Amino acid sequence: MTRHPSSRLRIGIDVGGTNTDAVALDARDRLVARAKRPTTDDVTGGMRAALEAVLAELGERSRDVRAVMLGTTHATNAVAERQGLARVGVLRIAGPVADAVPPLAAWPSDLYGKVVAGVAGVGGGHLIDGHPVAPLDIEAVKRFLGEVAGRAEAIAVTSVFGPVHPEHELRVAELVRAELGTAVRVSMGHQMGALGLLARENSTVLNAALGPAIAVVTAALSRVVTDHGLDAATYFAQNDGTLMEAAHADRFPVLTIGSGPSNSLRGAALLTGRSDAIVADVGGTTTDLGVLVDGFARESAAGCVIGGVQTNLSMPDVLSIAYGGGTVVHDARVGPDSVDRAITTRALVFGGDTPTLSDAGVLAGRIALGDRDRIADRRDGGAAARLKTAVEDFDTELSHAVSLVSHGRRDQPVIAVGGAAGLVPDTVGGHAVERPRNADVANAVGAAIALVGGEHETVVPAGSGRREALQEARATAVERAIERGADPDDVSVVRIREVPLSYGGRRSIRVTVKAVGRLADPGLPPQTAADYE
Amino acid sequence: MAEPMVLTADDLDDLALGCAVYGTGGGGDVSGELLAASVALKTYGDVPLVPMTDLPTDGLILPLSMIGAPTVALEMPGSGREAEAARAEVERLTGRRVVAVMAAEIGGANGVAPVGWAARLGLPLLDADGMGRAFPELQMVSMHVAGLKPEVVVLVDALGNTASLRPVDAVWAERWGRALCVASGSSALMADHLLTPADRDAVVHGSVSRALEVGRVLRTADEPMDALVAALGARSLVTGVLEDVDRDTDEGFVRGSVTVSGRGADHGRHLRIELQNENLVAWEGGAVLASVPDLITVCDTQTGIPIATESLRFGQRVTVLAWPCDPLWRTPRGLEVAGPAAFGYEHHYMPVEWTGLLMEEGRR
Repeated sequence: MTRHPSSRLRIGIDVGGTNTDAVALDARDRLVARAKRPTTDDVTGGMRAALEAVLAELGERSRDVRAVMLGTTHATNAVAERQGLARVGVLRIAGPVADAVPPLAAWPSDLYGKVVAGVAGVGGGHLIDGHPVAPLDIEAVKRFLGEVAGRAEAIAVTSVFGPVHPEHELRVAELVRAELGTAVRVSMGHQMGALGLLARENSTVLNAALGPAIAVVTAALSRVVTDHGLDAATYFAQNDGTLMEAAHADRFPVLTIGSGPSNSLRGAALLTGRSDAIVADVGGTTTDLGVLVDGFARESAAGCVIGGVQTNLSMPDVLSIAYGGGTVVHDARVGPDSVDRAITTRALVFGGDTPTLSDAGVLAGRIALGDRDRIADRRDGGAAARLKTAVEDFDTELSHAVSLVSHGRRDQPVIAVGGAAGLVPDTVGGHAVERPRNADVANAVGAAIALVGGEHETVVPAGSGRREALQEARATAVERAIERGADPDDVSVVRIREVPLSYGGRRSIRVTVKAVGRLADPGLPPQTAADYE
Repeated sequence: MAEPMVLTADDLDDLALGCAVYGTGGGGDVSGELLAASVALKTYGDVPLVPMTDLPTDGLILPLSMIGAPTVALEMPGSGREAEAARAEVERLTGRRVVAVMAAEIGGANGVAPVGWAARLGLPLLDADGMGRAFPELQMVSMHVAGLKPEVVVLVDALGNTASLRPVDAVWAERWGRALCVASGSSALMADHLLTPADRDAVVHGSVSRALEVGRVLRTADEPMDALVAALGARSLVTGVLEDVDRDTDEGFVRGSVTVSGRGADHGRHLRIELQNENLVAWEGGAVLASVPDLITVCDTQTGIPIATESLRFGQRVTVLAWPCDPLWRTPRGLEVAGPAAFGYEHHYMPVEWTGLLMEEGRR
């Protein structure tokens, strides 16, 4: 007897600062297993523990797992904490035409210190019409590579108009292989997207720096899958809420940044059946507020800022406040430090000696956690009062933040998700609060339902031929998404970007089209009404 | 005497935001010039912001602007040495001393960059500009409206190529300047319409401090959209979603139109904005709601942040604002230089205040 198609399963994993969550969803997006384990220092341990717990819960059905999707804040944390980053040789190919702003001019000095092994600007690059600014100064490139040899673990190379004329970057990549060997990774600006030299250069350098951080996660993920003999493809969730094959993550680690907010928003949508809402994701260290529009995360117009650095990466428009379950309640203030995953030993309700926002939530009767009496045991003069004030502070900050992201509109509910979702009061600044079942694993749910994207970039004529050419570009993006595994019945174009290119008579537009769709199960016939019987 | 106002690196964010508002969608993305100006101020020091009356009468005022395509400016920030070359060439040609820098155009990147140029030159910045907004062509400046000739035009590109032109009039300055700019990869610094402190009626006064104030209001307000409307004395034309973006680049200009489909109270309305680097005319059906030389800016509905024409995207939620231009543009000479006809339109200019009254009339 053939197994029912809906038996195929997807596992979504979310590595958070405090917990690592895993869920298994069936083909109809029903949650069939879930687990929550503490995040471990090595990430691997927590991820393995959560995945194994879900597999155990699935029992025999674990062999139906066809895909494992991982959303991890690892890259974001690495930049924010300035840890586990590669030292990068930063090369700009622009001759004199960008000297007004040196590379990484606006980087925070501590991050610059951790990441930069050397900076050089060399002759080369192109004007928009393809005329060279200068020939590529190969001697200068070699000199620079010699200077950073042995110190730089990666090279980031960005040339002026590289996205249109990438040849100098490609030549530098060859030189790096020849001079420094293949162990030194090269991150190239033209692979980081749109025009805008400074933000693209920042993304390229961060991408180079994040190699080691993501390699740890990639290796761990594939080991767990192999160890359990799963016949499952592995994916990373990306900044735009779509999936990247795990094999790609080594080359584009920076794109895993920001998957958390996308996943929590999409997860909240699935869990509530809502397509328009404000989502408050309460984690261990922060509460992140995002907006769900037509089932997708509202993206910020500008590229996101990571660890104080302006990038050109699109991201959900998220407002973070420094209040999470592990936030430490000090005598005179709340946070911004957090006990993070040490909450189970350091919070008062767990017998620890550090008052946290979770303790405050327990005392206020919002959440049940640990042993409430332990707070009383330790209660001295002002402790209870401080915890009470901490909850009020949180409510005030949250309400202010919600009014900011909602722009004063109160007709949308706030969906509270995340490990510490219980801290959110029943109404926030006039918005009703919804707490769906499994809200605490919303990010993992979001990862499990992440979409497959197909992108197509081309140059189309301006004017009369534009519409036809655009139509063709859309069709190609849709095809690519399907090739990469999207369900043909579900693919749609979600983004069209047009950059006018031509100057001095030639007329054309550079177009980027993105199509996304649900991951189709190769063995799954198109769904019919019968599937739902 | 009042304490002279000084622009510091901390003022740049607000100034840039204000300049983007006055950019009416054009004048280039301010972020690149913002960084360049910030680097310059940190390296060379703060910049005094002075009224024309504070300048020595025998000195020259150097109106500066970047010309070219906004997309290029984002990709190619320049060498930073262009202003120095331009001053040297102007002083060599005229034999006179430059005493202040002026923004030829307050709108967009060209409103922000002069602060950095002034810092690099060790000169004050004049609290004035040549437009009170942004315009796509270099004869569309107050100096031209006032009847001044461009005399000497100096162009410097990012590679250091320097040209001095003696065009017969502003239209030829535009034509020659544009041709050289295209050869330089569609980006060059230009000095034209050199001024003296006696040319009081040839500029729009107070534009730098106004842009700074608008930026400050936008950044600090709880309800940014409302605060912006109030600060500008603007009319909100429509609130909705961008549905079609039909853009093209032709002879160095971004041209095209975008359609905003109304939402909420504006449901069912469709506003079409025609643009040439800047937002030029807002149409609803066959009627003009607002038109050059009045200012039209498309803002993100949530944040009030203005969106440049090259950053307009399908699906963005926007509010379209329009407000009156400087009175000099409403004179017959001003309208001839930068009114609807100067952009190839046949409609007669009607001040945005009047079209608002007519619309209300129609609804009654």
